[in-house]
Amino acid sequence: MIEVQDLTKRYGDRLAVDALSFTVRPGLVTGFLGPNGAGKSTTMRMIAGLDRPTAGRALVNGRPYAEHRAPLREVGLLLEAKAVHTSRSARDHLRALAATHGIDDRRVERLIELAGLREVARKRAGGFSLGMGQRLGIAAALLGDPATVILDEPVNGLDPEGVLWVRTLLRELAAEGRTVFLSSHLMSEMALTADHLVVVGRGRLIADLPVAELTARETTVLVRSPEAAVLTGHLLAEQATVAAVEQGLLEVGGLDAAAIGALAHRHGLPLHELTPRRASLEEAFMELTRDSVEYRAGVAA
Amino acid sequence: MSAPGTAPSAGGGANAPAATPLGVTPRRVLRSEWIKLTTLRSTWLTFAVAVALMIGLGLLMAWLTVGEWASMTEVERAQEQAGQRVLAGRLFAQLAIGVVGVIAITGEYATGMIRATLAAVPRRLPVLWAKLGLFGAVTFVVMSAASFAAFFAGNRILAEHWQFSISDPGALRVVVMTGVTLTAVCLLGTALGFVLRNTAAAISAIVSIVLVLPILGQVAPRVAQYLPSGAMGALVTPTPQPDVLAPWPALLLLGAYVAAAIAAAVFTLTRRDA
Repeated sequence: MIEVQDLTKRYGDRLAVDALSFTVRPGLVTGFLGPNGAGKSTTMRMIAGLDRPTAGRALVNGRPYAEHRAPLREVGLLLEAKAVHTSRSARDHLRALAATHGIDDRRVERLIELAGLREVARKRAGGFSLGMGQRLGIAAALLGDPATVILDEPVNGLDPEGVLWVRTLLRELAAEGRTVFLSSHLMSEMALTADHLVVVGRGRLIADLPVAELTARETTVLVRSPEAAVLTGHLLAEQATVAAVEQGLLEVGGLDAAAIGALAHRHGLPLHELTPRRASLEEAFMELTRDSVEYRAGVAA
Repeated sequence: MSAPGTAPSAGGGANAPAATPLGVTPRRVLRSEWIKLTTLRSTWLTFAVAVALMIGLGLLMAWLTVGEWASMTEVERAQEQAGQRVLAGRLFAQLAIGVVGVIAITGEYATGMIRATLAAVPRRLPVLWAKLGLFGAVTFVVMSAASFAAFFAGNRILAEHWQFSISDPGALRVVVMTGVTLTAVCLLGTALGFVLRNTAAAISAIVSIVLVLPILGQVAPRVAQYLPSGAMGALVTPTPQPDVLAPWPALLLLGAYVAAAIAAAVFTLTRRDA
């Protein structure tokens, strides 16, 4: 469980995180979504006690992170790939971290195995690919068998196999009742992994809702008919919203496909296409964050 | 690499490492820092360089001094003191030791390792104490041994013309204090590393303190005796000299410099974002 309350971080005159409040519950994978520069990493660092909030506070499993006697046991952290001394081997890195909590070498070996690092465990971590670095970071995060896992962009730089591995692992961790909180700037990744979303933009909370709810909204139906003009009149009479996409193609909101089909049938109008169109997560995300993207493409300053 | 979809439980239940109560203790942090120290080749290489400079330059100085015998006056021959020439390697060894102290922490800042370290020990100060204690202790042991080795080996060469012994006035103190001053340089390096968080900056600072300031100080010896280098020089001077502090005040002064640097490190580590 992570509870963020009015969390604020100010760098000079820039508000990186602006009175952010949300709760991340156990048993779910919660995605932390926002454009680059939205304050996701800063928020995660404050949760982990690495950065001091300007105001507000963050509790992990009921307490500020730094007040836990065995923090690795409570919270597993992957805050950036390669938070590793480049000259040390993967195994020695894990052993050094494990030693702070009296975690034994057997556990270290188990995680090396789990993360698929067996082949490279004795190699200098500095020579690792980004993907291998991520695997090492995830192994480090799981050292203390933590009840809460916080991962900043965990699939960054992973190959497709690695992405699938992380996704499966996170789902399993959540299924075991753990709190799983991961950030990403990619909605498509969240759609496949997360149950719940916390969306931020410019340091502010934009949305806090289940993934299913986000995809369910804004459904439209594409209707193709040679009698589009006539059909439009009947649709408007039923309080539907109609937009002409092209000659003979309408995008209809407010009525579902079955109702539109029945309406056309009642009036004897032919239909060539009737396609329910779910707003993709990407579109929903773009819609949500439209006003909060820090640097928008194609807009002259 | 594990095949997709076969990831076993990350832990949980029976295999959880719950046999001993888990928690951060000073001993465990020390153990962690010991693993870090012993698993970086650069640390040992730099220690090896320090030892080689300490002993090697001591032997070289002894050999050169013996060669000068014929051209020295009676007065000059009588002015030679126990441990002066054979421990001269300290001036160069302290550069290597300063680097050891600095990279003990700046290596973590440079690589991002510090965030993993501080996430594991979020109270932070135990990390500072463990690093200072460990690097200080290892430096003291290694460099004291090197200091004794340089003294005895160097004096075997000097024995051709000078009969120095560890029981000569001030000799034992000078040999022991050589190890102590090098330990102080290591602690200053580590403390500066915590404050500056950058290898190049911290090494420049420690080189300035042990090498550049004393050169500037030569124009005003009366002031220079109160610099860290002055205090260290006093500790390895066998007999009283003008503009050189007595051993005890020098030791206190050096301790005060080290304590001030550590206080700055405590402030930086606890107040600033990681």
